Amino acid sequence: MELFAVRNPGPMTTVQDLGRLAFLDRGVPLSGALDPFACRVANLLVGNPEDAAVLEITVMGPTIEVLTPADIALTGADMGMTINQAPIRAWRTVRANPGEVIRIPRAASGCRAYLAVTGGIDVPLMMGSRSTFVRAKIGGVQGRGLIKGDILHRRAGSLLTRPRELPDEWIPRYAREIALRAVPGPQDDAFREGIDAFFGASYEVTQQADRMGCRLRGPAVHRDGESPESIVTEPTMPGNVQVPADGQPIILLVEQTSGGYAKIATVITADLPNVAQAMPGNIVLFERVTLEDAHRLYREQQKHLQQIREHLKRVYGL
Amino acid sequence: MAAILYKQARFRLSGDRALLVEYGDGIDPVINEKVRAMTTLLKRNLPAGVEAVVPAYRSLSIIYDPLATTPGRLAEILHALEADSRAAEIAKAKVVPIPVCYGGEFGPDIGVVAEHTGLREDEIVVIHIAVDYPIYMIGFTPGFCYLGGLDRRLQMPRRKTPRTNLPAGSVGVAESQTGMYPVDSPGGWQIIGRTPLRLFAPARENPFLYEAGDRIRFVPIAEAEFRRLREKEWS
Repeated sequence: MELFAVRNPGPMTTVQDLGRLAFLDRGVPLSGALDPFACRVANLLVGNPEDAAVLEITVMGPTIEVLTPADIALTGADMGMTINQAPIRAWRTVRANPGEVIRIPRAASGCRAYLAVTGGIDVPLMMGSRSTFVRAKIGGVQGRGLIKGDILHRRAGSLLTRPRELPDEWIPRYAREIALRAVPGPQDDAFREGIDAFFGASYEVTQQADRMGCRLRGPAVHRDGESPESIVTEPTMPGNVQVPADGQPIILLVEQTSGGYAKIATVITADLPNVAQAMPGNIVLFERVTLEDAHRLYREQQKHLQQIREHLKRVYGL
Repeated sequence: MAAILYKQARFRLSGDRALLVEYGDGIDPVINEKVRAMTTLLKRNLPAGVEAVVPAYRSLSIIYDPLATTPGRLAEILHALEADSRAAEIAKAKVVPIPVCYGGEFGPDIGVVAEHTGLREDEIVVIHIAVDYPIYMIGFTPGFCYLGGLDRRLQMPRRKTPRTNLPAGSVGVAESQTGMYPVDSPGGWQIIGRTPLRLFAPARENPFLYEAGDRIRFVPIAEAEFRRLREKEWS
């Protein structure tokens, strides 16, 4: 059913879900929400499966006219959403009614917000996912970001009997200085001398930060003298910190499948949402952890999600 | 210097949910064959907790669920698989014919290639179609093949200024590589022809015509045949 009419799309608003794993061996990147935690919680708040399609909103948000009643929830970056000019808090549900106008102005902290709607955004499932991958024009709305005049549909789903909210203490705070924990490798052996400097330095997030990668600026990371400038092209993972010839690190993200530069370290899965929320100008510091630490932190994050699911079930019934 | 096939696989951590497994130190048909054999064996009997297996030139990446397995356990499984004699009995590579209309509006750089190599345009075509090219890996964009086996006589530098928008199906050469652009994209390769086939059709039941390990056979076609096939594939 027709849900939203897009009056103003914002610079980069796309439909995303939790991405596609099935065609990585054919050069199709994972795609999906850059901050899967915020995406999952947004869906839980409106009573959806966690992998329902949401809008991923980057830095500045859209202006949308509501066509059908729906429960909506905005999570992730704090963007100061209003409905008919009344401020609406993030990380909770609100009923949107036909004729109302939703405005999502601009991120005050964080970089990407997620808007979930009852039933999920209705776009065709393509290669196992609804995620937009603009470079290959697949998924989402005709394989592109939203444009003015788009009519978005939602899938069938029941409206809530009362609004839900995430307890305050569980709402992530996005700082301007971001500590990212990382496991050395896969090519840490090419940086035997450079790696200590890398883990001690601070880097600024540049304007060149998109879904493919986040370029940093700071002290150059030096490869060992005998290590070649490039490696044999190999598959990459979100979180890989690639070091090109100029020594300025790039954190690879969900729209990259392979690369030929050495990667000094890899941001742990539990901290990838913090990369998604880093704004140009923010400061990033890398902290070395072991694989065992990374797996423990991943389990803790999964437990926290489970805690949120159980809390919502207990308080609101699901 | 010839690439070396490792006696035993080497492992690298690519973060907390992917394990890179290397079988040799360079780009080489024997090493890639090993990658292909191990990928096939793994996919035939997917170990618990494995979410994806992605083969590359000389390595493969195993993406796993950290709640269900560990790199240590995966390494043990891989060593056991390697000891298994079936690793040698991987089915023969599938040959995938790709019709290509060479030169003219479809291959705008064929004149430049002729000038650089000293070959006539028809000689370029004969050399380019003479071998079946192994797909070493697929990456960069959906369906983009890294092919081996380009004849030395066709090797030449990339364009100084990359084109901003190459049509899907463009076939080109650059340095020791040849390949096809499956989607409209910018690119710096010297374009010598174009295939009318849809190399990446996301809504088709199988969106791709090939996988890593297959061989690509370029088959020359005339312009009329190009237009007929193009109409059939893209309408």
